[in-house]
Amino acid sequence: MLPVDGIPTKEDILAKAPPAERMKKGAVAMIECWQEIPCNPCVVSCPTGAITMEKLTAIPQIDFDKCIGCALCVAACPGLAIALVDGSKEDGDRVSIPYEFPLPEVGETVDCLNHEGRVVCEGTIEKVVHLPAVNKKDKTPIVTIKVPKGYALQVRFFKRR
Amino acid sequence: MKTDVLVIGGGPAGMNAAIEAARAGASVTLVERQAHLGGQLVKQTHKFFGWAEKGAGTRGIQLAEEWSKAVEEHENITVMLSSEAIGLYDDGAWMIEKEGKLIPIYPKKVVIAVGAQEKTLPIENADIPGVYGAGAIQTMMHVYGVLPGEKYLIVGAGNIGVILAYQLAQAGAEVKAVVDVLPKLGGAYWVHVTKIRRMGIPLYMKHTVIEIKGTKWVEGATIAEIDEKFQPIPGTEKELDVDTIAISIGLSPLTDLMYQAGVELIWIPELGGLVPVHSENMRTNKPEIYVAGDASGIEEATTAALEGKIAGAVAAKDLGFDVNDEAIEEWKKELSQLRDAPLLERLRQGLHKLHEAAKERGLQ
Amino acid sequence: MKRIENHPILTFKRGKKIKFYFEGKEMWGYEGDTIASALVANGVKVFRESLKLHRPRGFYCAIGNCSSCLMTVDGVPNVRTCITPLKEGMRVERIKGKGALHYEN
Ligand SMILES: Cc1cc2nc3c(=O)[nH]c(=O)nc-3n(C[C@H](O)[C@H](O)[C@H](O)COP(=O)(O)OP(=O)(O)OC[C@H]3O[C@@H](n4cnc5c(N)ncnc54)[C@H](O)[C@@H]3O)c2cc1C
Ligand code: SF4
Ligand code: SF4
Ligand code: FES
Repeated sequence: MLPVDGIPTKEDILAKAPPAERMKKGAVAMIECWQEIPCNPCVVSCPTGAITMEKLTAIPQIDFDKCIGCALCVAACPGLAIALVDGSKEDGDRVSIPYEFPLPEVGETVDCLNHEGRVVCEGTIEKVVHLPAVNKKDKTPIVTIKVPKGYALQVRFFKRR
Repeated sequence: MKTDVLVIGGGPAGMNAAIEAARAGASVTLVERQAHLGGQLVKQTHKFFGWAEKGAGTRGIQLAEEWSKAVEEHENITVMLSSEAIGLYDDGAWMIEKEGKLIPIYPKKVVIAVGAQEKTLPIENADIPGVYGAGAIQTMMHVYGVLPGEKYLIVGAGNIGVILAYQLAQAGAEVKAVVDVLPKLGGAYWVHVTKIRRMGIPLYMKHTVIEIKGTKWVEGATIAEIDEKFQPIPGTEKELDVDTIAISIGLSPLTDLMYQAGVELIWIPELGGLVPVHSENMRTNKPEIYVAGDASGIEEATTAALEGKIAGAVAAKDLGFDVNDEAIEEWKKELSQLRDAPLLERLRQGLHKLHEAAKERGLQ
Repeated sequence: MKRIENHPILTFKRGKKIKFYFEGKEMWGYEGDTIASALVANGVKVFRESLKLHRPRGFYCAIGNCSSCLMTVDGVPNVRTCITPLKEGMRVERIKGKGALHYEN
């Protein structure tokens, strides 16, 4: 449980997940920001105004229909709390995460880890892009992993072999 | 040497104090013990929370660069590096030691922004090499590019401990465990914790280190679960193969200079222990001394910077320089917005005690 | 105990190589190192002994607060090696006792 060990429960995760219909349309942001902390780069980075917040310490709210899956918020978030999930493709789901480690090769096979750090499936690195953080001075690598169908809500990290 | 404002410490608080005092027109001397400005920021590779409009999302190391540049470029500021303030003399001289030489400085006002020190773990063998402050490991790793060990145990799962776990993994080291005596996460932001959990770094809450192995240096550690009275529960021991133990169980303000200069200190555990009594304008009982940043009570870098701005501007104002009062009020407002988060309840209690104490003493 | 070569966020701009001596043994560091960081990179863990119980001590805070890293440098005892920049030819030694100042007169 989050307050005890930093691992979200299934309910925690589902509460942040985009509706299945939206995921079928293509990449969309899933914001796993749990606490009221003084922080807002996600709001400021979003070009479509999909993310809103009542005040600096509020939890960000997202309008999934406004989200165009551009991943700018993924690169901007200091908490590395945002992932893109995409259920639109037949050959598997896609998950895009910020990745501040030595970068994998496109096509590389990796072990995919869930919120607990447990290996849940095999994945393939599909894309590595570098997107500007909110101040534009810094770039964050965003890695897109192809995972088996149905794994988009679970996979949040990967281990190279 | 004479100066309007002497700023002691070149971290976020000191750098911002210097910039604001200089902006108001005061001549400023900034002394910093290290060979570089930046304070703790120089080792913080992660992006900061806060307002995106005001630098959130920027890494600590970049903030350090930006502020140092602003300090170095300001014509009213003289920066003295590798220079340590060692005390106040009866004639009003603050003695600065620079590479073995003593240099007296006669300031009209002083901003003390010397930061904090890391607490040590009171158990047997915690003094041998291999047991290091978490911040010390960050410094070795990020400032000098040196990893002091390969296999780590981190004691204390606050923000510093969990951030260190992430940073060690980035540098290619192995983190065997993070332990904390609390039954639930305390001050750590959950997003920092989820970051290390999904990488598979083990976190043991309600655990402590009960044995540090090794005679010359660390050769292993034993952790165990503890009961409500913080006593180890027999049978729950786990042996860890580690060569380094990082201690991140809290910080306390560096108050020796304040104490020597006669600044009144009071005990507020929520703010890190002994802290200087000061007003929201960062004034102390000594009319010529102001405080800011971790030295005035433990918080974080964004609040340290704002307190520094206030201290620098108020010091200049008290010297008669023209200062924009609205800006000062705006910084105070920003501080209270940052401190508004529910998880900072303990901090707010500490600040409340502090402000009550300041009020009782009539500090403005 | 190693130099970090590839870091996903930082690039270490190492200055020129610097030769120094630890307990008489030749070692190498870089411009930009402190004495302590160079020692750690060379695998040195024990910086000194505690005064009474002769327990081994290494660095602890690495920012000049705690005095755990005191050593004798070029004959001067009690130097905080964690904030003292490394210089060419430095002779770094573990302190014997409290150290002596060797004043000229
Ligand atoms: C290990 C560690 C990790 C942290 N991690 C984070 C984090 O991840 N995010 C975050 O927001 N905050 C973090 N913090 C907190 C944040 O870094 C501090 O709150 C902030 O740096 C405080 O700023 P400051 O200017 O008050 O002190 P500091 O940054 O500590 O600066 C004080 C400066 O004063 C100098 N000094 C001390 N004594 C003297 C003297 N006598 N003469 C001259 N100079 C002197 C020191 O060398 C230092 O450069 C961390 C703090 C520590 C210690
Ligand atoms: S992915 Fe792009 S459009 Fe969607 S919420 Fe993030 S920044 Fe906004
Ligand atoms: S930027 Fe990230 S950590 Fe900050 S509020 Fe948004 S989602 Fe949360
Ligand atoms: S390690 Fe603390 S003073 Fe050097």
